Amino acid sequence: MDKRVSLVQMETGKRGKIVEIQGGAGMSLRLENLGIRVGEEVEKLSQQAMRGPVVVTIGKSQVAIGFGMATRVLVEMPEEVVDESSSNG
Amino acid sequence: MKVLLMGNPNVGKSVVFSRLTGIHVIASNYPGTTVEFTKGVMHLPEELGLSGETAEVIDVPGVYSLEPTSRAEEVAVEMLKEGDVVINVVNATNLERSLNLTLQLLKKKIPLIIALNLWDETGHTGIKIDVKKLEQILGVSCIPTCALTGEGFKELVSKIKEVKPGEYDYEEKERWHEVGNIIAQVEQVIHRHHKFRERVADASISFRTGIPIALLVLFAAFAVIRFIGEGLIGYVFEPFFENLWAPLMLKVSNLLGSDGVIHDILIGKLAEGKIDFGESFGLLTTGLFVEFGAVLPYVFAFYLILSFLEDSGYLPRLAVVVDNIFHRVGLHGMAIIPIMLGFGCNVPGILSIRILETKRERFIAATLMSIAVPCMAKTAMIIALIGKHGVLGLTMVFGTLLVVWVCLGILLNRVMKGESMEIFFEIPPYRLPCFRLLVKKIWMRFIWFLKEATPWLLFGVFIANILYTLGIIDFLGRYTAPVIAGILGLPKETAGALLIGLLRKDVAVGMLILLDLTFHQMVVACVVLSMYFPCVASFSILLKELGIVAMLKSAAIMIIFTLLVGGILNLVISNLLTNY
Repeated sequence: MDKRVSLVQMETGKRGKIVEIQGGAGMSLRLENLGIRVGEEVEKLSQQAMRGPVVVTIGKSQVAIGFGMATRVLVEMPEEVVDESSSNG
Repeated sequence: MKVLLMGNPNVGKSVVFSRLTGIHVIASNYPGTTVEFTKGVMHLPEELGLSGETAEVIDVPGVYSLEPTSRAEEVAVEMLKEGDVVINVVNATNLERSLNLTLQLLKKKIPLIIALNLWDETGHTGIKIDVKKLEQILGVSCIPTCALTGEGFKELVSKIKEVKPGEYDYEEKERWHEVGNIIAQVEQVIHRHHKFRERVADASISFRTGIPIALLVLFAAFAVIRFIGEGLIGYVFEPFFENLWAPLMLKVSNLLGSDGVIHDILIGKLAEGKIDFGESFGLLTTGLFVEFGAVLPYVFAFYLILSFLEDSGYLPRLAVVVDNIFHRVGLHGMAIIPIMLGFGCNVPGILSIRILETKRERFIAATLMSIAVPCMAKTAMIIALIGKHGVLGLTMVFGTLLVVWVCLGILLNRVMKGESMEIFFEIPPYRLPCFRLLVKKIWMRFIWFLKEATPWLLFGVFIANILYTLGIIDFLGRYTAPVIAGILGLPKETAGALLIGLLRKDVAVGMLILLDLTFHQMVVACVVLSMYFPCVASFSILLKELGIVAMLKSAAIMIIFTLLVGGILNLVISNLLTNY
């Protein structure tokens, strides 16, 4: 079983696949323009303390996402973490 | 012919623009909006087989998509209708992100040519792009370019006349899918290890190291500004004024008969037959000295450092790190950019609060800036006045302003309805700033400041002289004494400095030199001068940007807070530091 978490709950340094964006069309479009789409794979780079923004790597770019927005992007992470030797880049 | 430059933000579009157009560039607002764009002229040289005419080039605001999600994107879509040719500037190191816009542009059937910019970086980032294949698929010319070195620009310009709309077509729903397909066909990524530069990049936004790095960068920036500023003053400007300018001014003084109204306005009072650039207070002595001997060296140093920080890509990272703090004061991380600009001069600072989306944020940012963000001119003069008594005084003045900034911000955030927006942006990779562009930017800012500040500064010195001569300052001092002496503990003559502070804060701080203040009074006076009201240039911009009602509110907050903070500071210091 895979577990579903938001970008905020996700641990720093982990990878996951975006499965749902809980927001209106406007927010989805903004996210989509920077490549945050359902089906894409993201890696969480950092999160600032006290409800600070999340930074993720998606494709070849890094995107900073405000706390509230990040809580509404849900990702699915493989339960067993065997990455580091992953084949894709 | 109208050529539009379009592309995502941070793909080096402005560098491409400056390559194509040269120096004569006009920045203007799109009618009815606060969205700014730049326009320039490009030559179509005959030796490249072109007509020898010129073409207008417009640097359209950076966008990710033609489905607008912001005002800037709406403007970009509007502008698209007026263009004859579009140069789509694409980030070759991140083709996937860029192609989304490219496909939308192709669908518009507008003549299009693609500049695969940052081409030189594809090598060491391990990316290989099959340009021929890409041209085949899209049906338009794709030219690898490097705006920094100028690679590919001849080819780009030579093709500008024969540009045709592309033939590529696709289902709108399937756009991302199409992008993926194209990438799979033309791009190859070679695996490589994390480089040093990326580790540094990651460290500057990570949870543990982000804030220490930010503090280090800001501290280093301040140290370098001070080093350059003091260096220029000590080794260039002071020697010039003391050794060359002072003797010349003494001659002028003799010519004018060492006395009289005109003499006093131009040269000021002589101290034992000598010119004292701090105290003479003439237009040609203190006036010029304040501008060139004290303020400009710091302003120059400041713009040097700020422009470097901007072009290196550090500021967006700083925005990430301070975002949570800024949310507490009703702003978000990106507000760090206007604030940083405000430390140079509040006028461009207030102008750039336009990047904030809501009225509430703009009001908070503008109010906080005009009360608690001291501009470089004022800072330089405060350093000149208090700095010689050691770091303690400076810490007290700037520390108080910081506390005011935070407290007032928290208060405004609580009182005003609404929430702060959230940040959402792409973080560009660190880049070594392009030297040519950096010099151009610093020069433009510096000249702007010189033009903007000099008349007001000289006018301030002039008015100060008139007010003294006519006894108006004495008169005002008598009537404002209950507030100035009673609450703030300052001599009544400070009224003069406060009055001139409405014109120029640096001149006002300069007037404090004449007053023989104690250390404790200097600290209070500097804080009060910083906070109580913006100078006339900032005031008019504030009025324009906020509107009259919000401006009045902002002004009321200023006055109340100044009296409150000045009064408390006076009590605290006089009780704690009686030995000074």
